[in-house]
Amino acid sequence: MITVLVYLLGFRYLFTAGTKSDGGSRLATQKKHLGKSEKKHSHPLSAKPKSEKQAKGGHPNGNGHTNGNGLHTSPVSAKMGQPLASKKFKLDSGTLIRIHDWMIQARVLEERLIRMYKQSQGYFWLGGPGEESFQIPLGMQIKKGRGPDYDFMHFHYRASGPMLVMGMDPKDAMRQMANVATDPFSGGRNFVAHFSRRDWNVVPVTSTIETQYLTAIGSGIAQKRHGGDGITVVTGGDAGTAEGDFASCLIWSSRPKQELPMLIIVTNNQFGISTQACTQHGEKNVADRGKAFGIRSSTINGLDVEDSWFSIKESMDYIRKERKPVLLEAKVSRLYGHSSATGANFVQNEEDPLSTFETQLERASILSRSEMDQIRERHNAEMLEMAKAVREEPMPDPQSIYDFTYFGQKGKYF
Amino acid sequence: MANMAQAIRMALHFGEKNLGLKEVFGEDVGPPLGGVFTATQGVECAWNSPLDERGIIGAAMGLAMAGSRCVAEIQFCDYIYNTIDLLKLAGNQCWASNGDWNLPMTVMTPVGSGIRGSLYHSHSFDATATHIPGWKIVMPSTPLDAYGLMLSCLKDENPTMFLKPKALLRVKGLEPIPGEPDLTTEGQKELSQMIDKPVVGDTREWKPKWPKLTDFSIPIGVGKTVTTGEHVTVVSYGRTLPICEQAAKNLLADGISVEVIDLRTLWPYDWALISESIRKTKRAIFVNEETEVTNFGEHLLRRTVEEHFYELEARPRLVAGAFVPGVGLADPLEMASVPQLGHIETAIREVVAERA
Repeated sequence: MITVLVYLLGFRYLFTAGTKSDGGSRLATQKKHLGKSEKKHSHPLSAKPKSEKQAKGGHPNGNGHTNGNGLHTSPVSAKMGQPLASKKFKLDSGTLIRIHDWMIQARVLEERLIRMYKQSQGYFWLGGPGEESFQIPLGMQIKKGRGPDYDFMHFHYRASGPMLVMGMDPKDAMRQMANVATDPFSGGRNFVAHFSRRDWNVVPVTSTIETQYLTAIGSGIAQKRHGGDGITVVTGGDAGTAEGDFASCLIWSSRPKQELPMLIIVTNNQFGISTQACTQHGEKNVADRGKAFGIRSSTINGLDVEDSWFSIKESMDYIRKERKPVLLEAKVSRLYGHSSATGANFVQNEEDPLSTFETQLERASILSRSEMDQIRERHNAEMLEMAKAVREEPMPDPQSIYDFTYFGQKGKYF
Repeated sequence: MANMAQAIRMALHFGEKNLGLKEVFGEDVGPPLGGVFTATQGVECAWNSPLDERGIIGAAMGLAMAGSRCVAEIQFCDYIYNTIDLLKLAGNQCWASNGDWNLPMTVMTPVGSGIRGSLYHSHSFDATATHIPGWKIVMPSTPLDAYGLMLSCLKDENPTMFLKPKALLRVKGLEPIPGEPDLTTEGQKELSQMIDKPVVGDTREWKPKWPKLTDFSIPIGVGKTVTTGEHVTVVSYGRTLPICEQAAKNLLADGISVEVIDLRTLWPYDWALISESIRKTKRAIFVNEETEVTNFGEHLLRRTVEEHFYELEARPRLVAGAFVPGVGLADPLEMASVPQLGHIETAIREVVAERA
């Protein structure tokens, strides 16, 4: 009963960004009557049990660890982690519960997509597990709609979280994974996580690293001219910032008296496929580069839900009002490697923001272990059924290869 | 008697007043210069961008995605090559999104030789441009066609590329642009006084006085037979087109009748026009100044062979630029690197003399 209520409220209050809500209070109150469980959720695609440190809610990252690729990892996320026992939330419990629900959905979806890949129901996987603590708060604060009055999203390929929050049917991500004709983003033409929704201002995700930082300039210019409070949001990883396109974005967005209303986001997982950032980048933080252009810049702990939430909120409030850019670097994890190209296996030694958040919620008596397990199990079951259904959907018609080379065109154009 | 630079300028002005054109931008495109060839001079929505070709193309794509129609200029096509992946993206966004997104945007860039531009101001771009699906590619050879093709680009819902043959940008037109003063020396002066920014004096407050321009579109994909003939079909565009016309005039004295087709649009091109002409003359020559290997003219040659092999009375030919790394600066080097009148006349004589 409570689980269903949480589920419904998750949708009902999807775009409520306040720190208080009746729904949240009710949930918090009702939750107190539930029994608490210390049961820990295990990662369904993980070959090994969780470490003792993780099981206790600690941060597994630290000096000398290796990631799933056998490479040394930086201790940054461990340093940025907060003492879980002392966590005092600023957001109301209703918002926290919604965030948690979306984080679980995003994780379960990605794990389902990985399973689909491993079961040969798709050719390739990549996505954003390990970034949910940042991506969900981002998605919840997007002003969704079509045209310059609303936010434009130039996402990279780890954005299933915000897409879910914005209203994406998880089944649609599975359709793209299975490259079936019903894939609404590309009709079976593109990789999974290459989302596109014109009615939501989500421009097509591209495989070309960093070009989204260039196209974002254009919608930023259009929105600057248009006025209002719509902004341009662009996301990408840390490795891609080595491309000149990132510098282009900083330059174009900060031209004197022509600053653009852009939220320039870098999710820093400290890897470019298998290459460690510390072996290629001399700058301490990517966000430091923004300071040279007079861009308001900061580096945050993207593994912390509230740090993410309030950093995004503050940034968006500033951009919507001042019509100037913000560079926001969020340190995140990469829990299943870069993509299926590196195995798509769970990485044991990076902080799992969902696990961290769940421990925090449990210790704050906002959700019990058993409630959280029920939520996950429900989403797991629903998405399993979705994947089964997608398996039965038709592949694209080979005759369709010429369609939409030009706008509105079907069949061979020339 | 507007020249092509003036014609483009007038088309952009007509576009910003009547067709929803909101942004014209690129390096030195806005005041005070108005473009290195002055093709954007006086256009109200023209502005200067950072010296960043990738930023320019990316910005154009984003503007198009946000519903803001734009013309983005790459100052010389020699510098467009580092944007190839973006041009590919612009061309595939509609296809990649299964028809959801379209990018109504125009990229214009000067191409070709003719100004002694050395290695990096003489490149052609037609072979590469026509190799990128999803774009429509135009290349005028007269001011009126430049005006009409630009208006068609501004009306199209897809990415369009407007290749400006830089050698022809100062050549005066013989056909009136709707609204321009009379095609006389006086009319030419009058137009210049109206829309050319003075080269001396304080011009900070200068503004053009635009003629009363009207709509005139050259449909994309429609070529033009500029010289009618019987013995051979010569297909060209851009800088080499008027040279082909001149060759046709010269050879008429020797009894050689040449049909010259100005392709005007490189993609989608007017195959029906070409095909009909080849059926008539049974001989074909394709002329352009791009380097000869994997040249766009080679595609036209291949199609000619595939579809007209048994009708041809001579081997079809390609007259194109030498496959060398660049166009050399010295006069003899440039003349030897890209087709000149002599090259074209020789090719025509050979094809007409050949018997299958």
